[in-house]
Amino acid sequence: MKRYFERYKAWLYLLPAILFLGAFMVYPLIDVIIYSFEEGYNFVTQTSRGTGFYNYGYVLRDPYFVQALKNTFLIVIITVPLSTGFALLISLALTAIKPLRNLFQTVYFLPYVTNTLAVGLVFMVLFKKTEYSEGMVNLLIKAFGGSGVDFIDGPYWAKLFVMCLYTIWVVLPFKILILTSALASVNPIYYKAARVDGTRPSRIFFRITLPMISPMVFYLVITGFIGAFKAYSDEVALFGTDLNAAGMNTMVGYVYDMLYGASGGYPSYASAAALILFLIVLTITCINLMVSRRNVHY
Amino acid sequence: MKVTLDHVTKRFPNRNKKIREDVIAVNDFTFEIPDGKLIGLLGPSGCGKSTTLNLISGLEMPSAGRIYFGDTDVTDLPAENRGVGLVFQNYALYPHLTVEDNITFPLGNLRGAEKLTKAQMHEKAVEVAGLVQIGELMERRPSELSGGQQQRVAIARALVKMPSVLLLDEPLSNLDARLRLQTREELARIQRETGITTVFVTHDQEEAMSISDLIVVMKDGLFQQMGKPQDVYDHPDNLFVARFLGTPPINVFRGQIKDGSVVIGGETVLAADVSDDISGDVYVGIRPEGFLPSADGKFGLTLSKIEVMGRDTTVVATHPDLDGAAVIRAIIRSDEVSEVLSGSSSDDSDAGRIVRFDIRPEKVHLFDIATGHRIDAKLSAAARRRS
Repeated sequence: MKRYFERYKAWLYLLPAILFLGAFMVYPLIDVIIYSFEEGYNFVTQTSRGTGFYNYGYVLRDPYFVQALKNTFLIVIITVPLSTGFALLISLALTAIKPLRNLFQTVYFLPYVTNTLAVGLVFMVLFKKTEYSEGMVNLLIKAFGGSGVDFIDGPYWAKLFVMCLYTIWVVLPFKILILTSALASVNPIYYKAARVDGTRPSRIFFRITLPMISPMVFYLVITGFIGAFKAYSDEVALFGTDLNAAGMNTMVGYVYDMLYGASGGYPSYASAAALILFLIVLTITCINLMVSRRNVHY
Repeated sequence: MKVTLDHVTKRFPNRNKKIREDVIAVNDFTFEIPDGKLIGLLGPSGCGKSTTLNLISGLEMPSAGRIYFGDTDVTDLPAENRGVGLVFQNYALYPHLTVEDNITFPLGNLRGAEKLTKAQMHEKAVEVAGLVQIGELMERRPSELSGGQQQRVAIARALVKMPSVLLLDEPLSNLDARLRLQTREELARIQRETGITTVFVTHDQEEAMSISDLIVVMKDGLFQQMGKPQDVYDHPDNLFVARFLGTPPINVFRGQIKDGSVVIGGETVLAADVSDDISGDVYVGIRPEGFLPSADGKFGLTLSKIEVMGRDTTVVATHPDLDGAAVIRAIIRSDEVSEVLSGSSSDDSDAGRIVRFDIRPEKVHLFDIATGHRIDAKLSAAARRRS
C-alpha cells in the first residue's frame, strides 16, 4: 500500500491543478475544435447535421469577419512597431536625463494603472462630436484653419487613427517600464569602451545598445503581437458595443458577437473564427521566434 | 608618444552629501612618461591609480592641471579624439560580437579618408590577433573564451587602431596565479614588439616590478616616487614606498642615531655618516635580505621559527622595537642556517632564543620619524660589538 502511494504521490499533488486546468482550459479547447467542425449545430437540441469545413467557409466569406480581420491586421501592423519604437525613444530619453527622471517615469507609467474605460472617456472628450462640443482635437484643427472630422462616427481612416492612437497610448507604459530597466542593465563599461574608440552615438545605439537589449525588445514585440491580435475592449471603449455597425470590429469582437451579440447564438461560427485567430497568432509567433533566434545571441 | 602630467588634480564630489568637502582622488600629479616605455602605476587600492589612467584616457577630465601627449595639450580633448587604447579590468568585450568583430569594432569608427574596407579590417584584425596569439579564435564569442583569452582579445581590440598610448587597468587581476605569470611576460613582449607607450595599473608590486621599465608609486592620490623598479626598491624616497615594495616587506624598527651610529634597542647596529644636525629617533628599515647570520653579530633578535623553503630560508623573529608588523622576516641562504643555529643548546627549533645577525648596510634605509622622508646617510658596518 505504501509503495503504491509513493509511486503515485506526484500525481496526487498535481491533481488539483490537473482538474482545474482540464475542466476550464483543456476541455473547452477541445470542445472549440469539435464545435468548429460540426455543421448546423443546434444550441437547443445539442445536435448537428454532420461534420466538415462548412463553418470555416462561412466565416471566411462573412463580410463582417473579413472587416474584422482587416481591422485586426491593421491594428497589429501599425501599433506594434510604432508603440515599441516610441517606447524605445522615450526610454532612451528617460535614461539620458537626470533631473526629474522619477517624475517623468511616473507620468509615463500612469496609463498603465488607469482603467481602460476611463481612458476611453478621455478619448471621447478629445475626439467625440456631440451637440455641445466638437471634441478637443477638432477644435484645435479648426483653430489652425482646418476643417473638422468626425473621429468616432466619421470616415474609416479617422476611426482607425483614433483606434491606433488609443492602442499605442495604452500599451506604451508597460513597454517603457521594460525597456528602461533593460537599458539600465547594460553595463556602462561598454559605453566607456566605445567612447574611447571614438564611436558615434548612432553606431553605439545600433551596434551596442540595441543588441544588448534585443532579448527584451523581442519579448515586447512577441507579446505586443499577441496582445494586438486579441484587441477588443479598447474598441468597445471607443466605439460602443455594436462594432460591426461601426465597421471597427476585431477578430475577438467577431467571436464574441457570434456567441452573445445581438445576432449571436452561433457557437460553431465563433469556434471556427477563434481557431482561425489561433492559427494566425501561432504562425506569427513562430516567425517571430525564428527571427529572434537568429538575431538574439545570448 | 611621451605623456606628461603637469600638476594634475582630480576632485570628486563626496558621495556622502552631508560632507561638502570634495574627495581628492589625484592630488597635484606631475610626472613624465617617456616614449615607448612600459610604465607600472602602483599603489594600494583606492589610491587613485585608475583615476589617473582615466585622466590620461580622457574618460575623466582633470579639475586642474594639464595633460600633454608629446608636445600637444590634450587636456580638453575628449577620449574619442585622443587616440588611446584602453583595456578595462573586466575587459568589456561586447558579448554579442565575435572575437573578430570585437577587434575590428574600433576600425569601424574611422571615417572619411581613413575609412577601411572589410578586407582591410580583416587583414588588420588577423595581424593584431597573431601578435596576441588568438588567431584561431576569431569566430568565437567572448562567452566561449577563457579569462586569459578574453584578455588577449581586449588587448588586440585596444591595439588594432595603433593607439598613441596603450592603457591597461589591472590587466592581470582577473587571471589565476599561473596565467598571471605567463600573461605578464606576454604583456611585456607585446609592448616591446609594438613599441607603444604603455601604462598599466596594478596594486601588485611584484607584477609592477617584474615587467615595468619604470614604476610610479602612489598613495592616497599623492605621487610618491617614480623610477626604475630596482632603483625605487634600493632607494625608496619615503617609508611608504619602502614598506610597499618587496615581499616579504621591509622590517622597520624604531631606532636612534647617536654619536655617528645607528642604535636599535641599545645595540649599535651600524655606523652612520650623517650631517650633525640629524640625531635622535629615526625609523630604521632593514630589507629581509639584509640580515647576515653571525655568531657574534651586532644585532640580536628573538627567534620565533625557521621556515625552510628550498633555496632560501626565512628566519621569523621578534624584537621589542619593531614597528608596524608582528614579526621580523629575514631571508638567508639555506646553507647559512647552521650558522644561525650555532651556539644553540640541543634543540634546533627552540623558540625564544636570541639569534645574532650582522646587517648589510646597503639594505638599510633611515626615515624621519615625523615625516617618513628618507634620511640620507652613509652607512657602514659598525665596529665589533663590545662584549
